[in-house]
Amino acid sequence: MERTTIDLWFGAFVTAGFVALLVLALKVGNLGAERAADTYRVEARFDNIGGLKIRGPVRSAGVLVGRVADIRFDNERFQANVTLALDKRYAFPKDTSASILTSGLLGETYIGLDAGGDDKKLAAGDRIQITQSAVVLERLINQFLFSKAQEEPAAPAKGATAAPAPAAAAAGVAKR
Amino acid sequence: MSARPRVERRNRIRRPIATLGRRMIDGIWRVGTMTRFFTLVLASSGTSFARFRLVMREVYFSGVLSLVIIVVSGLFIGMVLGLQGFETLQKYGATESIGVLVALSLVRELGPVVAGLLFAARAGSAITAEIGLMKVTEQLSAMDMMAVSPMARVIAPRFWAGVISMPLLSALFAAMGVFGGYVIAVVIFGVDNGAFWSQMQAAVDFRYDVLNGVVKSVVFGFAITVIATFEGYDAPPTAEGVSRATTRTVVSSALTVLALDLVLTAFMLRNQG
Repeated sequence: MERTTIDLWFGAFVTAGFVALLVLALKVGNLGAERAADTYRVEARFDNIGGLKIRGPVRSAGVLVGRVADIRFDNERFQANVTLALDKRYAFPKDTSASILTSGLLGETYIGLDAGGDDKKLAAGDRIQITQSAVVLERLINQFLFSKAQEEPAAPAKGATAAPAPAAAAAGVAKR
Repeated sequence: MSARPRVERRNRIRRPIATLGRRMIDGIWRVGTMTRFFTLVLASSGTSFARFRLVMREVYFSGVLSLVIIVVSGLFIGMVLGLQGFETLQKYGATESIGVLVALSLVRELGPVVAGLLFAARAGSAITAEIGLMKVTEQLSAMDMMAVSPMARVIAPRFWAGVISMPLLSALFAAMGVFGGYVIAVVIFGVDNGAFWSQMQAAVDFRYDVLNGVVKSVVFGFAITVIATFEGYDAPPTAEGVSRATTRTVVSSALTVLALDLVLTAFMLRNQG
């Protein structure tokens, strides 16, 4: 086949276009970072998932170890059933706990995994037993105001009212 | 004598309504004709793939020659996004998120849409003018006389060339835009390089963002080239007719791109859940 300049231009154009797509996929997108085949799925039940979304990150010690694959409402337990797709490279003990956290005050909601001490590892299809729900800011404020109102008549001193209130708020957070 | 003013008054009311009705009927008529034209193009596309050189030649004219405007405007739009985004994000102390802002808006929306508008203005108008002029100078009827189907020889290659070019141009546009945003944010404003890319990669999903953008640009490619080739083929064979058809190509393909974008975005966001 004889070559023409049009062939050269066509080839260059198509190559440039596909290179741009590749850049978008690998450099801009997350195709290079993870592959769907290399994950195993684990379930967890939460009382409240807050603002968690499908494809949200799962982090352990701050490192991305997986993604939220599915969120369903369990109509018998009235809980959220969350499926996590964890990276095959990372294995977690059976008594790992999952909690719903927020990065920063306004950041995205993610699931944090805290490893336990069990020798057995989580396998595909297992359920994470220890979970902690999202902190709902309104409830926290309610709790704070309620406890403050309760203590007001008992302890008129200013220093005494301030101390138990954050403790009550912290108790709501640190249920684990 | 007294009947005359009444008739005139009646006409004054009737004429706009009649014009409106004629326009609407004309529009509905065009939808039908365009659909028939589209199926005809699809039916006679076999030849343009058997003789792919015809398509390649048109890809050169509508795709390669649009490269300059696509690349330059992509770069500029990315830079403007970077500047504007930096200004706003600085107030919240979240300048690292500028990569996310630039990449998501380019990959999801601006890439396909602005590339589509530019493609309609740069290549669509040229296709309409070329086909229209071929009709005026009776080249199309001459082909028909020689038993060469103008659909297969002229229209279908231009149509497929547009469909091939659009996604590539849109990807180039988005990639150049991200590069422009990078230049502004990282090189000029000194946003951290690692945070810029890693936040972008964490937020941009290949399937939901990049592939949906490609789907959009393919759909826009179909819409723009169908409109451009149809307007050219349907143009009244006069100088004025061709000029009107060219204008109509740009106007209606711009409106179609924007309307289709709304519909596609609504579908895609719903699927994302």
